[in-house]
Parts: sequence; C-alpha cells; structure tokens
Amino acid sequence: MKNKKLNSLMASPYILWSIAFIIIPLIMVFYYGLTDKDGAFTLENITAITAPEHIKALSIALLLSLISTVICLLLAYPLAMILANMKGNQDKLIVLIFILPMWMNFLLRTLAWQTLLEKSGVINQVLEFLHLPALEIINTPYAIILGMVYNFLPFMILPIYNVLCKIDPNVINAAKDLGANNFMTFIKITLPLSIPGIISGITMVFVPALTTFIISNLLGGSKILLIGNVIEQEFLQANNWHLGSGLSMVLMIFIVISMIVTAIFDKDGEGSAL
Amino acid sequence: MTNVLRKIYVALIFIFLYAPIGTLIVLSFNASKSRAKWGGFTFKWYAELFQNEAIMQALTNTILLAVLSSVIATIIGTVAAIAINKMNRTGRTIWMGVTNIPMLNAEIVTGISLMLLFITVGMRFGFVTILLSHITFNIPYVILSVMPRLKQLNPSTYEAALDLGAPPLKAFFKVVLPDLAPGIFSGLLMAFTMSLDDFIITHFTKGPGVDTLSTKIYSEVRKGIKPEMYALSTLIFVSVLILLLLVNRTPKDKSKNKV
Repeated sequence: MKNKKLNSLMASPYILWSIAFIIIPLIMVFYYGLTDKDGAFTLENITAITAPEHIKALSIALLLSLISTVICLLLAYPLAMILANMKGNQDKLIVLIFILPMWMNFLLRTLAWQTLLEKSGVINQVLEFLHLPALEIINTPYAIILGMVYNFLPFMILPIYNVLCKIDPNVINAAKDLGANNFMTFIKITLPLSIPGIISGITMVFVPALTTFIISNLLGGSKILLIGNVIEQEFLQANNWHLGSGLSMVLMIFIVISMIVTAIFDKDGEGSAL
Repeated sequence: MTNVLRKIYVALIFIFLYAPIGTLIVLSFNASKSRAKWGGFTFKWYAELFQNEAIMQALTNTILLAVLSSVIATIIGTVAAIAINKMNRTGRTIWMGVTNIPMLNAEIVTGISLMLLFITVGMRFGFVTILLSHITFNIPYVILSVMPRLKQLNPSTYEAALDLGAPPLKAFFKVVLPDLAPGIFSGLLMAFTMSLDDFIITHFTKGPGVDTLSTKIYSEVRKGIKPEMYALSTLIFVSVLILLLLVNRTPKDKSKNKV
C-alpha cells in the first residue's frame, strides 16, 4: 500500500500545522478561561459575564449585530436575485463585490464613513440639497450598525447569490406552468430553495458583527463598548488573559450555536461563499 | 419599468459599497490635512509618500507577509486538499471540520488563541508570529477553493498518463496540476487578499516595532491619519483595478473556478 503511505505523508504537514496553530491555541483559550492567576481551576472568568458592564456590552453587541444581520439580509436578497437573473460573467461580479474593495484597507474604508457622515459631510450636503433633514448618526449606535452592514454585506450577498444560481430554471418554469404567479413561485419555490444560502449568510454576517471591536471603536466614538471591545482591552491593555479568555468562551457559545444551525440547514455546504 | 428599478437598486448598492473608496481617493488629493475640509487639489501626498520611511516599512512588511503567507499556505493547502480528498469518510469529515474552524470562528478568538500560544511557548512577538498566524488563516481558503476542483477531476486521465508510461510525479505535474490550477490560483489570490487586508489577527500577534499598513493606520486613528496613507491606498487600489481591467481584456479562458 504505497499509496496510503504517500497520502498520510502528504496530509502530515497540514495535520501538524492545524494541531499546532488551530487546536492547541483553542485549548489554551479554554485553559486560561478556566484557571486563575495561580493556575487553579475556577469558573469566575466565565461567570464574570454577569457583571453589569459585561452584560451590557454583550447585550448591545447582540442587539446591534442582530439588527445589522437583518438589514444585510433585506438588502442582499433582492440584489442576489437580480444578479442571479442577469446574464454574463459571474467571476467579475464576485471580484467587484467581494475582492476589489478589500484592496483598499478595511480600517480606512470604515474611517471614510466618518468623513461621509459628518455634520457638514457629503451625505448631509446631499440631504440638504434635497431639503431633507440632516443625518446626525456619527458616534451613535446607528453609525456602528451602518459600519457593520457596510463591512459584512458582501458576506450575505455571495452565499445567497450562489444558491440562487444553482436553482434549476425548469423548477421555476414548472411552477409557473402550473399556474403560480410570481409571488407564489417566490414563496413556494425560490425562497425555500435558497434557505441554505440565507443561513450561511446570516452566520457569516452575525459572527463577525457580534465580535467586532474595531467598527465600534472607529464609528462609535469609543464610547460604546461591545463585548469585542471588552475582550480586546482585557488582552492588550489590562493584560488579564484569564478574564479575556473566559469572556471569549462565552462568546464562543454564540459562535458554536450559529455553526450548528448552519450545519443543520446547509448539509452539503451549498451555501458556502467559497 | 421593473428593469429600470432593478438597475437603480444595483447601482445604489454599488454606490454604498464604493462611496468610502471614492472618498478616500478624493482625500488623497486634498491639500488640507484635515479629513473634514477640502483645501484644494494637490499631488503633494503622493510625492511625500515615498519619503515617509515608516509607511514604506509598513508597506514592505505587508507585502512580504502577503506574499510569503499566501505562497506557503497555497503549497500546504493544495497538498492537504489532495490528501484529504483521498481520505476515508471519517478522516475527511474531521479535517474539513478543522479547516472550517478558522473560517467560522470569530477573528478575535483566533487572534487571542494564537497570542496565548505564542506567549506560552515564549516566542518573541514580531514578524514571524504574524507570518505564522497569516499562514494559519490562509490555508483554509486554499483548501476550500482547491477541493471543488479535485472533486471534478477525472481519475482516468491520471491513470491514462501512468499507463502511457509517465512516472507518477510527472503524471501529476502534467495531468493533475493543470486541472487544479484555476482552483489553486483563486485560493492564492484569496489568501493574498486576506493577508493584505487583515487587521484583527495581526493586531493580537504583532510585537512592538513591527507594523503592517493596517496596524499603522490603527495607531494613527487617534492622532489623525496621515494623508500619505490615502495616497498609498489609492495607488494600490488603482493598480489592482487597472490589472483587473487588463486581465478582463485578454481572451476569456475556460470556466474559471469561482471563489
């Protein structure tokens, strides 16, 4: 069985790499999260989530990320439908939505919203020109939601677009032949078939939005602390790795829940953006 | 009518996605140092950019990291994808699951977990720790874009090459690799882009004195971003845009792997 030997030889660099840099580091988070400074077992770092300031940070993060996820879904679905019905080269599209913006630094792109949103910024000048009331959302939770939607919208568009492209047009035609109108076809055929994409999009927006600390830093005027900000501060300012790890473990509960939901609805990985 | 509405909708979303990019390009020509004021048109920042050693150093680090991490990740990832594809069901499920961890996990958790690892083994935080971290989050992108190509691969072509007397390695390079090439290439491109744009994981695994463009920008947020930074980003963005336009003008090659 020379082939088998060759195969394990080929697999070994990656297996070793992922044990060293994926699995062991995660175990370290659990170790730090479950011990105190003297290395004794404790649950204090985890129950610390119930401290008022931590609960507040977690609930704001949950609220803002849920709102952003819903907005992303509402914006992305029609776009994905339009794009899926368009003829032409889909590669170009993915590059334009997904890859090209990334070549402009993500922090700068987010910061640019400050310029756009400012009192006398471009957006307000346009609104003034249209005789609409000025938008004063910079340094408020609304600006954070905008930043989240802006940064993560492509992650919602792509998976939905991918599943919509895979729907057999004959299924849609059959529904119409059988007398369903456009609305019924959408509700009975397109929407149910696109659920894997929707679920995968929701995870891909919700997880980074829930855990972000930069968007709140850059657009929230660093007054609004999300759970991501708290963890970042514990690690890089307070140097309390135990507390930081404990809070990360709480965060991971939400991540694991969304992973499980994705796995249930998207068994064949159809909806994955890649 | 609905067609017009559709076009307007697509246009609005694209404006939303590209408005900040346009803003940054405009700011790079702004003579005033302040973001909020337009002080007239200037090329000054483009000239000063190349005199700014700190930015140039950060640029070098960023490119070096992106090149090294994407190439290493592509080699490890491609070999791994081939090996995982040949594993039995259990093995495949386990290692694809592990591959998905960095993709689905929050970046902040990946960042702190690597930070804790490097602290525990007593590594000095610097270029090497960032490089190891970038390779780690890049490998899954390569595996996930090579995998679909492997599944489409026709095993008979490889066997035919062997039957015709090609040694296995030659058969692999002549027959299998060209079929995988689009997947490998899109994995490489994806990995390069991800490394270039990464902030969070670099933030937790970098040491003092080593900066990438992202971390440099982050450290300038409070003091105000140097306009040279806008000039540099505009240069990078415009060159990629031109590159893309050139690639699109060359004759279409066969079905490319979608990213």
